[in-house]
Amino acid sequence: MSENVQGWLFILPAILGFFIFQFGPVVASLVLSFTKYNIINPPEYIGFDNYKKMFTDDDLFTKSVTTTLQYSFLAIPLSLLVAYGVALLLNQNLRGMGIYRTIWYLPSLVPSVATAAVWGWLLNRNFGPINYMLGLVGLPQPGWLIDPNWVVPSLVLINLWSVGSPMLIFLAGLQGVPQHLYDANAVDGGNAWHRFRDVTLPMTSSVVFFNLVMGIIGTFQTFSIVYILFTPVGGNQNNAGPDNAGLLYVLYLYRNAFLYFRSGYASAMAWILFLVIVALTILAFRTQRRWVYYETE
Amino acid sequence: MNPALPEELPQERHTWSGNHRRAQIGKTLGHIVLLLGGFTMLLPFFWLITSSLKTPQTIFSFPPQWFPRPAQWSNYVDLFDVVPVFRYAQNTLIITFGATAGQVITSAIVAYGFARLRFAGRDKAFAVILSTLMLPYAVTIVPLYVMFSELNWINTYWPLILPYWFGGGAFNIFLLRQFFRGIPMDLDEAAILDGAGRLRIFWSIILPLSKPAIIAVTILSLLHHWNDFLGPVIYLTNSRMWTLAIGISALDSIESGFDWTHYQMVLSTLIVIPVILIFFLAQRVFIQGITVTGLKG
Repeated sequence: MSENVQGWLFILPAILGFFIFQFGPVVASLVLSFTKYNIINPPEYIGFDNYKKMFTDDDLFTKSVTTTLQYSFLAIPLSLLVAYGVALLLNQNLRGMGIYRTIWYLPSLVPSVATAAVWGWLLNRNFGPINYMLGLVGLPQPGWLIDPNWVVPSLVLINLWSVGSPMLIFLAGLQGVPQHLYDANAVDGGNAWHRFRDVTLPMTSSVVFFNLVMGIIGTFQTFSIVYILFTPVGGNQNNAGPDNAGLLYVLYLYRNAFLYFRSGYASAMAWILFLVIVALTILAFRTQRRWVYYETE
Repeated sequence: MNPALPEELPQERHTWSGNHRRAQIGKTLGHIVLLLGGFTMLLPFFWLITSSLKTPQTIFSFPPQWFPRPAQWSNYVDLFDVVPVFRYAQNTLIITFGATAGQVITSAIVAYGFARLRFAGRDKAFAVILSTLMLPYAVTIVPLYVMFSELNWINTYWPLILPYWFGGGAFNIFLLRQFFRGIPMDLDEAAILDGAGRLRIFWSIILPLSKPAIIAVTILSLLHHWNDFLGPVIYLTNSRMWTLAIGISALDSIESGFDWTHYQMVLSTLIVIPVILIFFLAQRVFIQGITVTGLKG
């Protein structure tokens, strides 16, 4: 058998998987987005009606878009900032650093159901420890998950708890910065801030870029946390928090697909999300030349 | 490869700055910030465990009890009467092991093809597989659901296991390919001269030399399926098929007139314990696996 045939045989599972579980469904989803389809009856072609309805005649769609944008614009920069800051702290040569690192990383491993369960309870307005402690120091005690204005900030806070994996990737990036660059900077009379600005930041900009792209893709698709917080299995499937304040895009998409059986409409929503994510990713790649430094260049 | 290991840090050098006292103060400040931050990150874990030991009365007491009196250890026994924990655990384990086996086995085979064989179209095929990393899962859920319901596979394990037997995902293929490429090619060539076939080389040379990478992929995969919520919630609607994650969510809504929060915390604790155990057992390989991909990102 030639190496050509053997090679393709080895990668065959992935090629089959690509067509059956990725490419095929993506095309099917595009086709379905132009139909009215409830899974039981055959799809019926309706042109761009799903897309038109979305942008002109669906308040919940609008709500889910604004909620997702609010959430993403807070959560993406904040989690990058916190992850980077913590990674800087954890990159020092202090005693017991292994323990600190473990503590900061561990929450990101907790299953999202457990995260939602414990945070829903931590943020309980009347009996939760967070409001209790805020009260002790005389700070206002927000309604968190039952106050429509506080739902998105609560979600951002919960997301910050799970900041471990971008943090770990930043830490790896920081450890890859060669020591001689710091030494050279110090010889030139640089202080800590100069070292950070002229060495650390440029040398880790590619890691910032990687985490930014992963952050965009992940955050726009947040689902499990809001589903578990507001829509318990077996409970009211139409609940998304007070005034639907927790109605993130994919939660509404899920409802259309599996609760209202508007599969065509859900597919159209999925394609809009797809296009937005692709556009943002391309934008990030386009601008990276201006702010990302690669050693090979 | 430049894996980040917990204690292998670049030494910070203060000799040339000559300012020892400032460095001391900096270290103390670093410790304080890390201690406070670490304490905050641990609070949800503490609250989870402490709440799991409360009664419906003590859980809604104000001020909140940090250490419940009495500590209701019997919750951990009684839960098994309220919820079919063994059934949920069995379902979760079948899915987790079934899917993980597929991911590890097929991603290793595919990665071997990409890493060690030369064949026409290899790099293009790899680029195509890699591009699926950016595909939002939301785009494929509706067509996949239609496909699996046509096959009458709703409320079976198949939709949650079978797709993982086709290459195991771009991320794992990428991770293993990077590792396999680091093994000297001479080994393959010598084995071929000795008359060994490709499968033989894969099985008796590449795999034994790649234990750390294989373990990393196995652990990441185990955690992913153990923690998964979206897949089970879509495909498993019959409560006999539920996983532990769905069980936690459903405890929110059992309409019995009782408050089940303490039981929800017990089940959440039970789902978190294996995750933490696995992390501590395999901390090294685990962090290597993640940071390697992050760095090459």
